[in-house]
Amino acid sequence: MRYALRRLEFFAITLWAALTLNFVLPRLMPGNPAEAMLVRFRGRASLQAVQEMEAAFGLHPHDSIFKQYFDYLSNTAHGDLGTSLSFFPTPVAKVIMLALPWTVGLVGTATVIAFLLGTLIGMLAAWRRGGIFDALLPPTFIVVSAIPYFWIGLLLLLVFSFVLRWFPLGFSYDLTDQINLSWSFVGEVVAHGFLPALTIVITSIGGWILTMRNTMITTLAEDYVKMARAKGLSPVRIMLNYAGRNAILPNLTGFAMSLGFVISGAIAVEIVFNYPGLGFMLLTAVDNEDFALMQGLFLLITLAVLVAILVADVVTAFLDPRTREAG
Amino acid sequence: MAIQVLTKQEVVAPPPRENVLRNLVRAIAGNRKAVGGIALLTFFVLVAILAPLISPYDPNKLAFAQMLQPSPKHLLGTTGAGQDIFSQLIWSTRETLVLAVVAGVMATAISVLVGVTAAYLGGFWDHVLNLFTDVFLVIPTLPLMIVISAYAQNHGLGVLIGVIVVTGWSYGARQLRSQALALRNREFLEAARVRGERASYIIFFEVLPNMTSLIVAIFLGAALYSVLAAAVLQYIGLGDSSDLSWGNMLYWAQHNGALLAGSPWWVLAPGLCIALLGAAFALVNYAFDEISNPALRPVKKS
Repeated sequence: MRYALRRLEFFAITLWAALTLNFVLPRLMPGNPAEAMLVRFRGRASLQAVQEMEAAFGLHPHDSIFKQYFDYLSNTAHGDLGTSLSFFPTPVAKVIMLALPWTVGLVGTATVIAFLLGTLIGMLAAWRRGGIFDALLPPTFIVVSAIPYFWIGLLLLLVFSFVLRWFPLGFSYDLTDQINLSWSFVGEVVAHGFLPALTIVITSIGGWILTMRNTMITTLAEDYVKMARAKGLSPVRIMLNYAGRNAILPNLTGFAMSLGFVISGAIAVEIVFNYPGLGFMLLTAVDNEDFALMQGLFLLITLAVLVAILVADVVTAFLDPRTREAG
Repeated sequence: MAIQVLTKQEVVAPPPRENVLRNLVRAIAGNRKAVGGIALLTFFVLVAILAPLISPYDPNKLAFAQMLQPSPKHLLGTTGAGQDIFSQLIWSTRETLVLAVVAGVMATAISVLVGVTAAYLGGFWDHVLNLFTDVFLVIPTLPLMIVISAYAQNHGLGVLIGVIVVTGWSYGARQLRSQALALRNREFLEAARVRGERASYIIFFEVLPNMTSLIVAIFLGAALYSVLAAAVLQYIGLGDSSDLSWGNMLYWAQHNGALLAGSPWWVLAPGLCIALLGAAFALVNYAFDEISNPALRPVKKS
């Protein structure tokens, strides 16, 4: 119970911190950059919209800072994130909804694949200490983890799209086409998503392999594994049901958390492949000084992470009785 | 584990200093990852120091034809503005190395300050500092870096380092706190307290020396993080694009459509350098882990 309360406190404070960062940052910077943005806004938007935006970015100097702050909090709580400048006059919330499915589809799929594959390889590497997996994989992935992940994307783009011409150059479907549900369109989406997804799998799989390998090595030394061996159980059964099942716990929590980082995880990959997801949209917002859209995206990304951590907490408590008692 | 053993030894009978050093040197020399990583790091430091001597041309001079292909005269060709790419690559080593060390040291210092203080003070302050660390741990770093740099209209090196430090200290603080918590009730700290030493003395002269290997590991991790974070930020145009750095080279290559124009070296070379420098930090870090945790060492086939 006490543990649950502490987690609740943590979630509330993180959410508050993200909201407050959005509020404080534009006010901290010299010459409030949002003012320049709103100059471009006047005359195009309705008076009310302009006033709301001014309140959000601290351009109502006659209001006290506390009134500005509570106006901003109440607008956000009502789902009113302001109006996007780069997609004028669409509200920020609507613009985000356009990009969200692409990111969730692409990065979500890639994360699931990386997790399943990485856990399996890590398990095998620990099972066969000194085998080919164990000898080659850790050093390989140390090197891979040090490579900027967007650069791997550039590399794949160069080899497979420019030189070999196997895959299209970017975006999420052929721009000559309309979004529809035919098989040929699905094929297009897969072809366009393949290289960005491969980039994400290559860069994130190493982490899963290493954690799984290291916990598996610890688990394999446990008495119950020795007992299972002594009983003469089949090696596959020991590996999967005895050692693997217990070693996977930290990875599983990590997986639940990484789903929250899906949205923020592939910003630069989306930029390399011009993939119309949230990361690409964040860059568009930055380039156009569209601060309302930028803040909305930041808030959404933080919220996704928090929800994922909550899920990870519940999953861990459900799977591992020890954590319930320790709280 | 090794740290605990060491501290116990120190309490019983401190081993002679040279012995520890000699053992450390032997452990490093016997570890291929450590040797590889240190060799790479030394190489980059030498290139950075000797840049004026080895670079064939002035890296900023627009003296040549644009988008030349690699040739003996221009090992990696020229940029879209007619600068020599090889010379740019060499000079860029400087900014990237300085940034890795400065941002790495600053982030590590904050980690130590927050993590060790929290563990040592305990109670209410531990709770507050720990909550603070947790919040920074989960706020997504890349979006936060992008948002801060977008508001800070000046994109100089100072802002870049600041953004990286603000987003990069929390992981280390968390690790240091848990190790300091494990140390807190050791006899030698108890002894220091009974002697009546001040808290600052105990933290700096009793606790920290016992955490050296973790602090070094955290510094290496933070330096790697700084190199990668700076590369992403500069690549998407949030650095000072007139600086010479590998991230900025990637930015200009992207802006000039280097891949489309058939100059892949402009993209490949700076990325490869970032990867090699990052790999150097990662290798040394991993070797450090192996030296202090024998269970993770590769098994030798008999």
